[in-house]
Amino acid sequence: MRRIHTLVLAAAAALAAAGPLAAQNIRITGAGATFPYPIYSKWVLEYTSLHNNIQINYAAIGSGGGIRQFSDHTVAFGATDGPMTDSMIGAVNGNVIHIPTVLGSVVPTYNIPGVTQQLKFTGDLLAGIFLGQITNWNDSRIAAVNPGVSLPNQDIVVVHRSDGSGTTYIWTDYLSKVNSEWSRRVGKATSVNWPVGLGGQGNPGVAATVSRTPGAIGYVELIYAIQNRIPYGTVRNRSGNFIQASLASTTAAAAGAMASIGADTDFRISITDPDGADAYPIASFTWLLLPKQMSDPVTARPLLEFVWWATHDGQRFTEALDYASLPAPVVRLIEARLKSITLNGTPVLPANYGGRGR
Amino acid sequence: MRAPRLSSAERWRDLRIVSRGDAVYRVALLALALVLPLLLLAIVGGLVVGAWPAIKQFQFGFLTRSVWDPVAGQFGALPLIFGTLYSSLLAMLIAVPLALGAAIFLTEFAPRWMRGPVGTLIELLAGVPSVIYGLWGLFVLIPLQRDIIWPIVKPALRWLPFFSGPFYGPSVLAGGTILAIMVLPYVAAVSREVLRAVPPAQREAALALGATRWEAVWTVILPYGRAGIFGAVVLGLGRALGETMAVTMLIGNRHEISLSLVQPGYTIAAAVANEFAEAVSSMHLSALVYCGLVLFVITVIVNAAARWLIWRVARGSAAGSAAV
Repeated sequence: MRRIHTLVLAAAAALAAAGPLAAQNIRITGAGATFPYPIYSKWVLEYTSLHNNIQINYAAIGSGGGIRQFSDHTVAFGATDGPMTDSMIGAVNGNVIHIPTVLGSVVPTYNIPGVTQQLKFTGDLLAGIFLGQITNWNDSRIAAVNPGVSLPNQDIVVVHRSDGSGTTYIWTDYLSKVNSEWSRRVGKATSVNWPVGLGGQGNPGVAATVSRTPGAIGYVELIYAIQNRIPYGTVRNRSGNFIQASLASTTAAAAGAMASIGADTDFRISITDPDGADAYPIASFTWLLLPKQMSDPVTARPLLEFVWWATHDGQRFTEALDYASLPAPVVRLIEARLKSITLNGTPVLPANYGGRGR
Repeated sequence: MRAPRLSSAERWRDLRIVSRGDAVYRVALLALALVLPLLLLAIVGGLVVGAWPAIKQFQFGFLTRSVWDPVAGQFGALPLIFGTLYSSLLAMLIAVPLALGAAIFLTEFAPRWMRGPVGTLIELLAGVPSVIYGLWGLFVLIPLQRDIIWPIVKPALRWLPFFSGPFYGPSVLAGGTILAIMVLPYVAAVSREVLRAVPPAQREAALALGATRWEAVWTVILPYGRAGIFGAVVLGLGRALGETMAVTMLIGNRHEISLSLVQPGYTIAAAVANEFAEAVSSMHLSALVYCGLVLFVITVIVNAAARWLIWRVARGSAAGSAAV
């Protein structure tokens, strides 16, 4: 009898020891956009070294794949450069929350022999060029916004992304907003039916084609342009100022756009062509996709704590990787949104949650 | 009592009944032999299921429409099909003479010390990753074609429909050239083996009749190995049809049908690789899978036609196809 007692005690002790061991490995998987992959992997690295009982795997399989895997519940979180459409949200019964994480912007880059000054562009100018209506660099419409620049008689060669891309989404979203003909004829998407031009594979493909084709104009991510020292033009914003894309002017775009957006936003907002004197007009959020009602009690809280950290402390890593950080008003809205996420009907994060210690 | 005498067939039957191991062996081999055809069927099945929404919506019109508009959800694959066939045809036009020339030289004319190294170097081309070909094409081949060759040949060729329009660089010509370089080692290596398999007696007979070496090659050796050489060409064509990375980096990726080689084009494999990851709407995705199915069918048709042709050709010279 006594021996049995000891055995039971030993078993209980073993179980108790195994408990924390089991909690040692919380695995969270996510998948989606490639654009934010460098910052996401940096966050994962930093966060898991702070909390070494958590493993986070992020697979950069593209925004479309991220949305599909999230909708199929094969990953705990998705990531996308273009927000889910209403019909996609309907397909998951509305069980999704978009959380912006960082900002990116897209810049026009060009190669005009003999022109060394930085060119200025307006939305209509870019739309006209990409619609194939402005076909020569000596067009008077280009000269009108670039006084003092002597533009050569050189055919314009439009270069666009051939692969589906969040960069294309931001670019076409902007053109759709500022030009009604673009919106009617082409529209916005990760890949569109381009009226003219050559397709380059990825940012490097577009940049290489532009730099090696006299008269070419294309568009690349700001990060890519900065890191590869590619010259790019300024773009006129809603306030009439020609703005050079930078991390600061990109964050200003988000701040400008948020000024006119209510606290109940679902964050599926386009911030191209925003208000704000210093806002760069071709910018966008990139989003994480989280379920509104979570189902896995093991990963629910660690995942939300990670996202909280990424949108707060994690923002200090953005600048080194050339991503623009979230403006403060957006972070406050994100806090409220994260606290609204539930597990079995009760909020996952306590109402007074202010970030995990350390 | 004398044992009854058995016929040979009966003895075989007896042996088979005794040996259980044989039965197991047979079944195991049968299963292994069926895995590959089943895999093929599974691939076809997967493609049809994935493509079904697009098949239902566009039916066979998909093959003849030229619009590709993911925003409006309208898809047609004609430019892709055309581009795939056109760029592969160009590649074969460039690669086959080069590869055949190399194979003939290496088996018939080259000094012995040269055969090994040159043959190995040609085969090494097959080991270069396709993205390297793409980068080389982007930074070396395109500038060479556009800035050096094109200005020289342009006045002579501009009247041809194959060379009309401005030449920006990324084009069917650039894509087809890189494809030619990529399939060349396959065609050359197989052709060389085929020519090597031609019995020396054939060669010697031709020479004994007074043929020059050139005549011996042209009238005896090549006809003897024609089925095998045709097989080599088909092998190369199959690879050209499905090549993705290098082509998409150089072909310009434009959904448009143009006879002009200096204009951009697009291929099925390149379009699928480009758009699959970021295809957000389910119809877009389905249309891409439909494209994959079309490519699969094209490959099957090309291979079947080639087998039929080889069979036709080989009736005269069965031995020549032994090397394939």
